[in-house]
Amino acid sequence: MTAVSGAGAPGGTTLFRHGEDVTARRMATPMWLRAARYWGYQYKRTWRSSVVTSFLIPVLYLAAMGVALGSLIDKHSHGVDGVTYVAYLAPGLLAGTCMQIGTNDATYPVMGAIKWMRTYLAQLAAPLGVYDVLLGHLAWIAARLAIVVSIYLAVMAAFGIVYSPWALVALPAGVLTGVAFAAPVAAFAATQDKDSAFSTLYRFAIIPMFLFSGTFFPVSQLPEWLQVVAYATPLYHGVTLCRDLTLGQVGWADVGHAAYLCALVAVGYAAARRTFARRLVV
Amino acid sequence: MVEAHGLVKRFGDFVAVDGVDFSIARGESFGFLGPNGAGKTSTMRMISCISPLSGGTLRVLGMDPLKDGARIRARMGLVPQEDSLDLELTVLDNLMIYGRYFDMPKKVIRERAEQLLDFAQLTERANDRVDPLSGGMKRRLTIARALISDPDLLILDEPTTGLDPQARHLLWDRLYRLKQDGVTLVITTHYMDEAEQLCDRLVVMDKGRFAAEGTPRQLIEAYATKEVVELRFAPGEHEDVAPSLVALAERQEVLPDRILLYTDDGDAALAEVARMGHVARSTLVRRSTLEDVFLRLTGRTLVD
Ligand SMILES: Nc1ncnc2c1ncn2[C@@H]1O[C@H](COP(=O)(O)OP(=O)(O)O)[C@@H](O)[C@H]1O
Ligand SMILES: [Mg+2]
Repeated sequence: MTAVSGAGAPGGTTLFRHGEDVTARRMATPMWLRAARYWGYQYKRTWRSSVVTSFLIPVLYLAAMGVALGSLIDKHSHGVDGVTYVAYLAPGLLAGTCMQIGTNDATYPVMGAIKWMRTYLAQLAAPLGVYDVLLGHLAWIAARLAIVVSIYLAVMAAFGIVYSPWALVALPAGVLTGVAFAAPVAAFAATQDKDSAFSTLYRFAIIPMFLFSGTFFPVSQLPEWLQVVAYATPLYHGVTLCRDLTLGQVGWADVGHAAYLCALVAVGYAAARRTFARRLVV
Repeated sequence: MVEAHGLVKRFGDFVAVDGVDFSIARGESFGFLGPNGAGKTSTMRMISCISPLSGGTLRVLGMDPLKDGARIRARMGLVPQEDSLDLELTVLDNLMIYGRYFDMPKKVIRERAEQLLDFAQLTERANDRVDPLSGGMKRRLTIARALISDPDLLILDEPTTGLDPQARHLLWDRLYRLKQDGVTLVITTHYMDEAEQLCDRLVVMDKGRFAAEGTPRQLIEAYATKEVVELRFAPGEHEDVAPSLVALAERQEVLPDRILLYTDDGDAALAEVARMGHVARSTLVRRSTLEDVFLRLTGRTLVD
């Protein structure tokens, strides 16, 4: 057997230059950012398949319900809470979409990165640590939310239903709403061995929230006991925050909504640190 | 490069690695030979600072895995037992992504990827998705990926398990070349031929402990005879024949499907068996291997 083949020149190869550190750089990229960069790279190659669910569907909803159904509602009851139905609905759909993206990206991709593709394991075999892996993934989810929310807000502006410069703040608000779901859901996903719990999560939490947390109609329309439940859901706070911002009806209550969502991010992140470490560092 | 004393790994009450000592020198090719469940992967994961130790001390590249895990991993390449390639991306993308984890500039990764693809004989597949590649190709890609950062230490956990013989030989050739290039290799395997081919020095591992340590030659000399006679009889005949053969060899092993006679002169022993009037269904005289060493040390075969 010979030591020299392929790329090698006789008497040695250029593959291994011991002593020279090819990884050495003056400005090192933070570890978590290297993890986030992976997801971005992967998205760049596969984004087409996600366009329909993360963007086209909410826009179709907006067209069908906001415009078509909305004209009916506006004719009979002069809009909702003093604005046209489409202007009322759009920020609700925005927050609802953020919830779905945040949840989606923290369920199957997290489980896949643990079990199927083992992306996390590849990252952990490189210099990244378990918290870098987690933070990087959440950072990527936030970045993806920012992309979707920006486009969505631009569409709303095109529909002529953005009423205030406060709408710019709806960008971070939408991202916050999404991450408020992504962080705790990622914490949960890292404890699961099968994906069957995810459909339960959708059926009993995400879809009911989407329908009853003020996305399509004011929570005050619900029976009183259900109102209490609706007010407690994170989506209600996300919807209300986004709606106040795009309608320009900002008040101190919105600080409370944002604080609620921030608290959820913090709690979810702390929980995810624990579940990720327990799952990946054994 | 690696220094372990009393290394222990526990999972709850279960002890997977039970206080082992070893030291691996620069440029050496060091093997862990043992059957499934011996604790090889657990040991590799501790060396690669992925899994915290439960006891003992460990130094890797002169550093402490607990404190300097990231710095250690920055200088080592890991080929895990199960591939963790991104199946939806291309071969080249997988190398690019991995290099980026080490924060290498894209240009540097691209140059190095080109060399490594050549080394792994995957140049033609560079822009193909990983998913449909054969097991051997995926394995070679995983090895190329682990080499992207020009590591000082390459850890290979069962590099050829599950591959067909041709793919294994191709991989051995590649690994042999790395060895020649002076890369420090740590290899686990349950194939004795793999250990014999690739390892300068190895430990025989069973149930979390080391049963023996040395070069393949030393181990065979110490624990086996020069030659082995393998005899297969009709089912059920083994028990009857075995006692009468004891005197013919230094040692005898009775396995479910065959009897092994350890002796320095296989042909003589075989002639003696025939003279005694035993008619074996098939006979074989061969040199001793690490498999025999393992059998001697543990009373079991490597691959069940
Ligand atoms: N995460 C884990 N939790 C519990 N037991 C484990 C875990 N990983 C490995 N083991 C057990 O430890 C023993 C050694 O496993 P391993 O190191 O994978 O052996 P090998 O690589 O030699 O086949 C096995 O009995 C295995 O079941
Ligand atoms: Mg193993």
